[in-house]
Amino acid sequence: MGTIAHTLEQGGLSTVSIALIRDHVERLQPPRALYCEFPLGRPLGKPDDAVFQRSVIESAFALLEATSGPVLEDYPESVADAADEPLSCPLPAADDTSTHPAVSESRGLRNAYNRHIAAGGRTLVGRAVGPDQIPDAIAAFVAVAEGSSWKAADLPGHPLQWSRDITSYYEEAAAVLVDHVPAARAAESWLYQKTETGKVLKAARKALKEADESFWFYLIPFTQNPELGRP
Amino acid sequence: MSDSAIRAGTQGLPMPSFEDPAFRVPPPLSEATVAVVTTAGLQKVGEEIWDAGSEAFRVFDKDDRDLTCSHLSNNWDRSGLVADLNVAYPLDRLEELAADGVIGAVAPRHLSFMGALQSLSVIREDSGPAAAKLLVEDGVDVALLTPV
Repeated sequence: MGTIAHTLEQGGLSTVSIALIRDHVERLQPPRALYCEFPLGRPLGKPDDAVFQRSVIESAFALLEATSGPVLEDYPESVADAADEPLSCPLPAADDTSTHPAVSESRGLRNAYNRHIAAGGRTLVGRAVGPDQIPDAIAAFVAVAEGSSWKAADLPGHPLQWSRDITSYYEEAAAVLVDHVPAARAAESWLYQKTETGKVLKAARKALKEADESFWFYLIPFTQNPELGRP
Repeated sequence: MSDSAIRAGTQGLPMPSFEDPAFRVPPPLSEATVAVVTTAGLQKVGEEIWDAGSEAFRVFDKDDRDLTCSHLSNNWDRSGLVADLNVAYPLDRLEELAADGVIGAVAPRHLSFMGALQSLSVIREDSGPAAAKLLVEDGVDVALLTPV
């Protein structure tokens, strides 16, 4: 973001950046930055809180009064993520005991996902696979975890995209089931720590590492199973 | 583990340097036209998803709200953005600030890049200057930059 700020300023604009990683902005020194200790992914701090968001923007705009730079200030309030507090989300009963429990679990979440869409909810599912293909994508990762090549799966796209689509499907269904916007990373931690599919994705990541697939590290958020280390 | 682990784990990553960086004093905010430039990897529904490593940018009209996100990095929270686009792309807040006279106007077009890039040379030499040109031609004075 600092590189974009410098480039836009050079191109004739005045820029003010919200910054989420202080180390980076200290070294990149964009013209004006407001460091906000907010969850990564939530630069305005709090969803559905217009008063808070406006306060952040007005604090950022106040930096435009400076006549020289670089300017770096801290927003006075921080917002913590909840990665260590997985969402408490009851899973609907699995629909079929004859399939892998993760595949069955995903089918059990379909009604909740459909309610999210029916209510006009934004969905990030569909990078490579849509909701109808989520069980197939999970089945593909079951096979990967058992030693098969991901290339054997009859799915469009790449495993990194499948895993993002699965994550979004679960997170969007979970928000409906708990009927509130989860704190940052609470739904992610629920998926990876409390669900059958989370177990499958972690096992698939381990298998991809053992198979020397170059992308294994990026399959799931690295904070969710740091025991595998880094490439 | 949480964002604090990611912040700690990204300490010391190599950063580009900028010789003689520009610093432009804007017109008074109440007269300024403001655009949002995010690195959230936003796209219109139905557009091509972002390619890994893309240094391009996407352009949205100010009334576009039917946006989705295909940013490849999964090391940031999506659930806030799904619930409320403004948490990363605060166009509704800008509209309110314009209505209240705090800013002069909301720009006609706004941009998204995709962050978490390992190479930035295209942004520095090509897409970044092109983005600036587009915004300047739209009469934009101030860009509010929002990372994820």
